[in-house]
Order: sequence, then structure tokens, then C-alpha cells
Amino acid sequence: MKLLTCPLNGPRNISEFACGGELVLQPDPRQLTDEQWADHVFLSNNTAGVVREWWCHVASTYWFIAERNTVTDEVIRTYPASEIFKDRVDFSNESA
Amino acid sequence: MVLRLLRYGLRNNYVPRPDFRFATELKPSYDVVIIGAGGHGLAAAYYLAKDWGITNVCVIDKGYLAGGNTARNTAVIRSNYITPESVRFYKESVGLFQTLSEDLDYNMLYTQRGQLTLAHSDATMRTFRMRAEVGKHMGTNIEMVDRKQIAQIVPSLHMPEDHRYPILGGLWHPDGGTGRHDSVAWGYAARAMDRGVEVHQRTEVTGILRDGDRCVGVETTKGKIRAGNVIQAVAGMSSVVAKLAGFRLPIRSYPLQAMVTQPLKPFLDPLVSSSGLHAYVSQTSRGELVIGGGSDPYELYSTRSTLDLKESLIGHTLELFPFLAGVRLLRQWAGITDMTPDYSPIMGASPLRNYWLDAGWGTWGFKATPVAGKRMAETVAHESVPDILEPFALERFKTFNLVNEMGATAASH
Repeated sequence: MKLLTCPLNGPRNISEFACGGELVLQPDPRQLTDEQWADHVFLSNNTAGVVREWWCHVASTYWFIAERNTVTDEVIRTYPASEIFKDRVDFSNESA
Repeated sequence: MVLRLLRYGLRNNYVPRPDFRFATELKPSYDVVIIGAGGHGLAAAYYLAKDWGITNVCVIDKGYLAGGNTARNTAVIRSNYITPESVRFYKESVGLFQTLSEDLDYNMLYTQRGQLTLAHSDATMRTFRMRAEVGKHMGTNIEMVDRKQIAQIVPSLHMPEDHRYPILGGLWHPDGGTGRHDSVAWGYAARAMDRGVEVHQRTEVTGILRDGDRCVGVETTKGKIRAGNVIQAVAGMSSVVAKLAGFRLPIRSYPLQAMVTQPLKPFLDPLVSSSGLHAYVSQTSRGELVIGGGSDPYELYSTRSTLDLKESLIGHTLELFPFLAGVRLLRQWAGITDMTPDYSPIMGASPLRNYWLDAGWGTWGFKATPVAGKRMAETVAHESVPDILEPFALERFKTFNLVNEMGATAASH
């Protein structure tokens, strides 16, 4: 059985988690051409090596970051997203 | 072929027939270099030589002949997809498989025993109806069947009505079948080598040589090779090799696990699969049951098996055939599948001129081996993409013209 250490809930069976994919900062869609947006949506680094990813502990809906080696299948580190995202995202200008 | 096999069988001494004549030295340049000596790459090499007279061809692989996904797939051959583009493409492949043993003078153990896909929900029944109609329209053998017909096609199938996942109906595809996956690659390799194609094993690509926006060769662990055209056919490693060529692909690599049981007496003629249960089962000609299922839940380049996935796969298989509970597993393995967002392959041009892609084969690559090879050879020979491959261009992800086959990949997701 594989374990993943959730920063909130401790080590849990990996079947309790869902992988949210590589951590990619979303570009502003209003600044992009259709082609650039398609690239953002579809293209993937698909790295063979260490990646930084979003993971969710499904039972508690807690999202966090994991650093994982996709070749050796080892989790190097898991930590709360607040380590990377210091500021709240401002959505106030996006109503239009 | 049958007569020759019989004559060989009646002889007193069995003289071994060398299949492969491996070239020893790499030449400094070739007309075409193919990266990846799996089924697809070898088929492309064969058809380049046979159909187009291009024999100055070199196939290189970092491992050994057909040792990647060609050796790891579950050997399902079918054309029951949902889009006309896919049905047309895979139908051509089934057609090529039908005469492949004869064409290559190499026994593929090809048997067209039919494939039965089971529906456990109304939603699946609706998509089955659509697949049946599209398939008939495109001229393939396919039809919807009810519970009574299913019981006739696979008498050993467990199908109580008060089941957790009751079987409501099925999609019966008499064209479906199976073959010996290794032989397909070996046959292509042997006949390509007969025509002068070189295969170099343990030759890893470390870089792509470019001149402006053109590819002019590859750099390998055994030196530089110039090439007029390069084909990339590396399955699970598609993103890694494409990165060397300087571009990213809409591909994510996941392991797909499968297993084989000890041999049993023949009881299962058709191939049975269930998308709802994420499992598919077939019996090989030596009696082993091949069991495959869904991909692992997150991206990985490791081919180790995992207990939890095997357990769920076995659990689902036992829903279909409970009497297999006491049967032992013989082998287990995983392959790295290069999954695309729409579950269709990426074939044809790449952002680099003279660098051609045969990628994104996810869990559906084996069945396309002959057609992918034939059409990739045509693409390279003409340096333009034939009509039948156009729907599968990399460009489709820029124009949002996806070829969605998520539902028709049977057990994958």
C-alpha cells in the first residue's frame, strides 16, 4: 500500500487522494491569443523527474502541494499551498 | 505458409531460422531514422522499404527490439470506436492484420474471435447504440446485443439481474480479435531487415540535430546520425524525446497495469470487456487469461505494479467470472502509456520540419500497429500527411478539433 503524507491529516492511504496535476500558474486569459490559451489548456511538461503538483485529500477536500519524482515514484515532500501562495488572489476586477 | 509449417513440423531435425540480421556499425547518414524499435517504428520501416522502396532506413532504440509497450500491451485488435475518423482508421488496421501473417510470412497467431463490450448503465447503452450505428455506417461488423444474446456469446459470464452492476446489454464486434503482439513486431523487423533496413538496439537518442526549423538528424549515445527525415515512435517517452526536439506535447504518461493467470482449459472464445468495471479479459491460445484495466491514477514513468490496482482489477474481473477466484496469477507488469486529452493518437507533422510524430498511443496503440506504420511510411515518403491521418494532427489541439474517443477506449477510464 502506498502512503502519502497530507500536511493536514498526516500519512494516509494514497487511494484517499486525487492528483490535481502539475502546479502551473494560470495566465490571464484576456491577455492571450486563442492559440496560447490552447497551449495552456492542452500542453503538458510531462516531466520524467521531480515535479511539483497539486494533490487533494478527498475526504477532507484539503488541497496541498507535493514534490514527487515521477521516475522513482517517490514523494519528496508535501506542504500546504500557503508556502507558495502568500497573497490572496484578487477576483474583484473580473466581474465583466 | 500452412504447407511450409506442416513440412517443417514433419522434419526430423529442426534447423533454427535466424530471424534478425542486426547491422553492426551505424552509418553516418540515412534517408530516414526512426526513433523507437517497437511495433510502430518497425512497421513504418517495413512499409517504407516495401511500399516506397526507401531502404536506407535505420531504426534505433535505447532498449532492445520490441521491449517496450509492444511487449506490454494486452493484444486487443478492434475497430469499434465512436467517431467516423477513428473507425475508418482502425478498420484499415483490422484489414491489414487479417493478412499480416501471410504478408510477412511470420505467424502472428491472429484470431478474429469477436469482442464483447458490456454496458451496466443506460448512459453506456446510449453510447453503444451510437458506436454500433457509426460502425455499421463505416462498414464494420458491429451490433447491439441483449442479455439473451450475451449469454449465448459468452455462456460462462456471470449475469444475475439483482447484481450490483447488472449487465444491461452489450456491443458485439465480430471483427475484434487478438494476435501475438511480439510476433507482430518481430515479423515487421525480420522482413524490414530482409529489405536492408538497419535496426540498432541500445542506441539512445540524446539530442535532435536541427538546421533552422528543419530536423537534419539525431545525436545518439553511439554518435551523430544525419537523416533526411526522422520519425519519433516512442510511446510512453514521447514527451521526453519531443523535448529534445524543442517542443511540448499534449501528452501525459501513466502506467497501465495488466496480468496473466495460469493456463486453463479453453472456455472463453471472445474478448470480453466492461467499461463500467474497468476490466477486460481474454484467453490466449495457450489458455492463460489476460486481464487488463484502467491506468494508474497519477502520472508516473515507473513500470512497477501496485497491489491496490491489481486488487481492484481482480475484484472487477471476479464480478464477471466469479469461478476464477481460485485461479493463480502467473505474471504481472505495467507499461507507460502516453495519454492524450481526447484519447486519440497524434500523427503526422510536428513543429519541426522533417520530424514526424507517431505518438499519443496511450492504451490503444497495438491494434493500430500495421496502419500506423503503413501511413507513417506514406507520410514520410511524400513528406505530406495523407487524408486518413489528418484528423489526428497535433494541430487539432490549437484549433480545438478534438477526436474524442474517451468512451470507446473500453476499460481505460
